[in-house]
Amino acid sequence: MSLQVPTMAEKMAAGESPEILFWVGCAGSFDDRAKKITKAIVKILNKCKVDFAVLGTEENCTGDPAKRAGNEFTFQMQAMMNIQILDGYEIKKIVTACPHCFNTLKNEYPELGGNYEVVHHTQLLQDLINSGRLALEGGATFKGKKITFHDPCYLGRANDVYEAPRELIQKLDVELVEMKRCKTKGLCCGAGGAQMFKEAEKGDKEVNVERTEDALETNADVIATGCPFCNTMMTDGVKNFDKEQEIQVLDVAELIANAADL
Amino acid sequence: MISSILFGTLLILGLGFFTYNALKVRSNILLGRDVNRSDKKGERWKTMLLVAFGQKKMFSRPLPALLHLMIYSAFVITQIELIEIFVDGLTGEHRVFRASLGAFYPFMISFIEILSVLAFIATFIFLARRNLIKVPRLNMREMKGWPKIDGNMILFMEIILICCIMTMNGADEVLLSRGESHVGLAAAGDLSFNFSISSWLGPVLFGGMETETLHMLERIGWWGHIFMVFAFLNYLPYSKHFHILLAFPNTYYSNLEKKGKFTNMESVTKEVKLMMDPTVDPFAAPAEGEATESQRFGAKDVTDLTWKNLLDSYTCTECGRCTAACPANITGKMLSPRKIMMDTRDRLEEVGNNRRKHGKDHDDGKSLLGDYITEEELWACTSCNACVQECPVNIDPLAIIIDLRRYLVMEESKVPSELTGMLTNIENNGAPWQFSPADRFNWANEE
Repeated sequence: MSLQVPTMAEKMAAGESPEILFWVGCAGSFDDRAKKITKAIVKILNKCKVDFAVLGTEENCTGDPAKRAGNEFTFQMQAMMNIQILDGYEIKKIVTACPHCFNTLKNEYPELGGNYEVVHHTQLLQDLINSGRLALEGGATFKGKKITFHDPCYLGRANDVYEAPRELIQKLDVELVEMKRCKTKGLCCGAGGAQMFKEAEKGDKEVNVERTEDALETNADVIATGCPFCNTMMTDGVKNFDKEQEIQVLDVAELIANAADL
Repeated sequence: MISSILFGTLLILGLGFFTYNALKVRSNILLGRDVNRSDKKGERWKTMLLVAFGQKKMFSRPLPALLHLMIYSAFVITQIELIEIFVDGLTGEHRVFRASLGAFYPFMISFIEILSVLAFIATFIFLARRNLIKVPRLNMREMKGWPKIDGNMILFMEIILICCIMTMNGADEVLLSRGESHVGLAAAGDLSFNFSISSWLGPVLFGGMETETLHMLERIGWWGHIFMVFAFLNYLPYSKHFHILLAFPNTYYSNLEKKGKFTNMESVTKEVKLMMDPTVDPFAAPAEGEATESQRFGAKDVTDLTWKNLLDSYTCTECGRCTAACPANITGKMLSPRKIMMDTRDRLEEVGNNRRKHGKDHDDGKSLLGDYITEEELWACTSCNACVQECPVNIDPLAIIIDLRRYLVMEESKVPSELTGMLTNIENNGAPWQFSPADRFNWANEE
């Protein structure tokens, strides 16, 4: 089944205003690994017949890495441009596939005039399942598997979302195992604060290696996460220990899409 | 009479000098930029009650939380006895509340004594944690020298204080049993205060001593106690131990927003709006009443930070929970959020003293950024908020880190080279990587 990905421009031309905007994000648009997560989310949205659209080529970086790096000018330029586009389409509700986009749109756009209801994709998926729109039957079974969830900082500590991803994982009939540092005490993957785009400062270890050790200690079969940057960092961490055969790094959306046979 | 005058003098000197130093700290804190924290009063009171008074965040580490609670509750409850000491000291009475409070008096003092013993034990364990077990977070790089002495000094003062209380009560107990205490006999055969600890500890320690010696010991305990209280109080403004008072205002003025929300820079918003609005005349004179004073972007020195950042720095008690949770620090980078707070406070002390000595426009050529905090520390931060989450008194080291980064980037264009590329990409391509914006939607048609 091919993906149905309407753009806001198409919707507007047809005189429709979709229920929700799917904010794909730069990683989800350009990074090969993250694109798979994007597609998993679209498959679920298609399956549940969610009336959504994307901005397509009209989407722009939210400015998050610029703001964390201290460049408020670049951030605000991006924010103002995005707000003009979002308001042009009269967007009310946004779902993001990235906790950084989520945090920025939700918390930092209002003061610049952009007011939207913003949810992270794990929250939307939770709604879809709880409201009966998405059934997890007939797909890949994870029964008996051990899954551990790595809290993205900008979803967890930054926005207090700890339960949505965990409830989703528990719906898979698996054993959810926690790392020694989890939830409020979760250790960063090392990518935040614009670190993703630079070499780490001098030290005696990479942060993602330290975090991967936490995950490996749980003997999980899957490291689940909800952030494309965490995904990259954890995948690299697993490679560092040559454990690609034993442990997979997957987004919660991918787990759910697999379980729903999508 | 003489002792009342002596006490009154001690009281005035003790309170006066403390007030003088506390006002100095206050004026230092007010050197910071303004930030509005006067909203949501209900939520603020609640935060203060839970976090400062209720020690809520301490309990994520149960053992130190319990030990800390022992000392904290002894400290809070002892304040009741302190009132009696003040009244006695000024009037020349002896245990003035004993007659008026009746049976409640031995209950109250017993309660204080039990808590004091618990605090005594906790203090020794804390000393051991610092000096024998050497808990890692209490023995890091930034803790060498004065911070280490400071931490131990407070614990020693607490030990002396508790010894004084016990000497005072114990000696008085033995005196009373001999009918020699200065307290009036409440009833015939009333030969014990019935305090839970000193009623047996007193006879054990002091039972064999002369009555004269006991009178002296009781007075040494009494004066020693009150002297230590004033010494302690006056030590606070020079010490990391100021947290026992500042924890309350600091939690009241907490940042109540989501931790992920960084402050919006209004000054930038103005300029960006000018850039994006073609109808605005960029050379127009500023409107009447509009501030024309140019403000620095971000922070180079402590006076560029907000007063809340500065209050944070005085509130920090250097426990190091932030640093122990910091991913950069855990992996051996230079960054330590605790050091950020200590540096801010030390620099603020220096700036405040300079201004008082040389006038408010004095420039010593130094700044927080560069002379205290290095760029390497700032660029190690992942902005993960672990330090903010961990702080038991809601200090926000990340806010300072980001403001210093803002200065580096926006005023000095000092950006790690890879980040320059990232920023250029965002500006030119709308993404942090060098991809064409036209390709952004290609994923939908790829297999």
